[in-house]
Amino acid sequence: MHRKNLHAAIAAAGLMMVSAPAYAQSVDEKVNQLFASATGWFVNLIFSNFPGTAFPWIVAWLVIGATVFTLYFGFVQFRAIGHSIALVKGDYSDPDDAGEVSHFQALATALSGTVGLGNIAGVAVAVSIGGPGATFWMILAGLMGMASKFTECTLGVKYRNEYADGRVSGGPMYYLTKGFAERGLPGGKVLAVMFSVFCILGALGGGNMFQANQAHQQITGIVGAYPGWITGVVFAGVVFAVIVGGLKSIARVTEKVVPFMGILYVGTALIIILMNADQIGWAFGQIFAGAFTGLGVAGGMIGALIQGFKRAAFSNEAGVGSAAIAHSAVRTKEPITEGFVSLLEPFIDTVVICTMTALVIIITGQLVAGPDGNYLLNEAGTAIQTVGGTSGVGLTSAAFGSAISWFPYVLALAVVLFAFSTMISWSYYGLKAWTYLFGEGETTELVFKVIFCIFVVIGAAANLGPVIDFSDAAIFAMAVVNIIGLYFLMPIVKRELNSYVSRLKSGEIKKFE
Amino acid sequence: MSGKFVVGYDGSASSQRALEFAVDRAKAQGGAIVLAHVLEWSPYSFLTPTELEERHKRREEELERAETAIMTTIVKDLRAQGVTVDTVIKYGNIPELLVKIAKDCGAIQIVIGRSGHSTFGARVFGSVAGALVQSAPVPCTIVP
Repeated sequence: MHRKNLHAAIAAAGLMMVSAPAYAQSVDEKVNQLFASATGWFVNLIFSNFPGTAFPWIVAWLVIGATVFTLYFGFVQFRAIGHSIALVKGDYSDPDDAGEVSHFQALATALSGTVGLGNIAGVAVAVSIGGPGATFWMILAGLMGMASKFTECTLGVKYRNEYADGRVSGGPMYYLTKGFAERGLPGGKVLAVMFSVFCILGALGGGNMFQANQAHQQITGIVGAYPGWITGVVFAGVVFAVIVGGLKSIARVTEKVVPFMGILYVGTALIIILMNADQIGWAFGQIFAGAFTGLGVAGGMIGALIQGFKRAAFSNEAGVGSAAIAHSAVRTKEPITEGFVSLLEPFIDTVVICTMTALVIIITGQLVAGPDGNYLLNEAGTAIQTVGGTSGVGLTSAAFGSAISWFPYVLALAVVLFAFSTMISWSYYGLKAWTYLFGEGETTELVFKVIFCIFVVIGAAANLGPVIDFSDAAIFAMAVVNIIGLYFLMPIVKRELNSYVSRLKSGEIKKFE
Repeated sequence: MSGKFVVGYDGSASSQRALEFAVDRAKAQGGAIVLAHVLEWSPYSFLTPTELEERHKRREEELERAETAIMTTIVKDLRAQGVTVDTVIKYGNIPELLVKIAKDCGAIQIVIGRSGHSTFGARVFGSVAGALVQSAPVPCTIVP
């Protein structure tokens, strides 16, 4: 009798162990279905195309915004870049302010929020769909985006809240409210609330679930498949330790390793490009030719343009308003100085790092061309054929791996770290929007942080499709509100700019020795 | 003769010895002491967004703590002994700032203590004493 029971118990336990993974998989699928049906309408609204074209209106919205700011401020991104670098070096910082947040620190923190998967995976997607020509449009959009960043970050510092205890809090929700009130315009509060809602969704989506999801993909790519929720729980635990437990050591290690990874990535890309020095001319030829002819890519020149613009906009977040939150803490008497510094961000993110990824993919010959020089499409006809049939991170990884065999491992580590640092940054952006809506206070803040950690698990468990769609949609909804606000507030930035430039010329603003 | 002695002071035993040494010289010459406390800081370090937000607040707290925990008592002591004392608290690179403070107040000497450790870190990156000796505009005394 006893023995029989024991057998039954062992059999039951064995069955449970066998069925556990299957059960977890079905949880993954359920989360997916629920997710897709809950967010589909929102995604469709944000990413709908202009009637009769394949051009998403949101991309046009961002690029038109960037162009307007570029023209309105007289190509400030090209005229001021030397001054931007001097500011970051600290040439204009008062030595008595040492110990406060420097321009460099504000820039570095904002960058660690934007440099990430977009630069590695996103560019690969853009180049494989839009061809090498997408790189040209991506660089162009990146250069324009510098003016958007300039505008939003100047306003972020100008209208930040400074509390009695010395903390500062800034971002679009503050400039939308205070800036509109100052100009006597109605609706600032409504825009600020809308921005905050989208910012919370964006933080939970692109700033969280997408990152967890991609980190999981990377890890399974190396150790083999296992259920996503396991990665999710581990990541959520670490994020929880940092943002709730105040475990600064983890954050600090990440903040040090991430810039190092960024430099290593660009450095390696440069080495690979130099190894193929004879191909550089050809690669740029492909980029320029592809930009205007499409080189047989699906969608031709327009296809290349859409992919390039899209990638730049998605990668550097110019016009989205997130950077204004990160840049607001800087110590400066002149808000415009942070604007000058922030315009370096799209430059580093898009014009340097994204372009490196694109060049490495092109130069290592990952894209398969036919005998007539045009690229061959894959079987589905949606993207260019690649050597190993790879796409996304896999394509970038294959491109780097073809030159340096062990680099894919470094790349995987970099992706996981970038994902983590982006999560930490976005947890902060989301929190700021949350406290704007619900007020500051330990309990309200804790509620958001716990929700954030739960979404890490959901993100890692859900499959790629619905997560990417929702994350991008939520972040770009922020840009809709933010850029409307920027149009109304740009005269304020212009006044700051003129005043600053004239004082700089008259010698009233001087370098510190 | 009212020469000023800049003393690198952080409250540690070695900086205490440096201070005693400088006080003896100052008393003998009728000079003054400039107590310099430098909080190590680089504007090129990396911080998280939360750290950025709280930086100004933390800085105030750190300055306050340096003033009360390190400076107040010792300054009172020295003044009781009839020594003229000034204090400077700054953020930055220690040797660079000691040199700058010495230049700014026209000091005749810089006095610092040394910890006595010869760590691996010091071999690679150099020590405060080493950097100071290389760059000081006035004579430097390193008190063991």
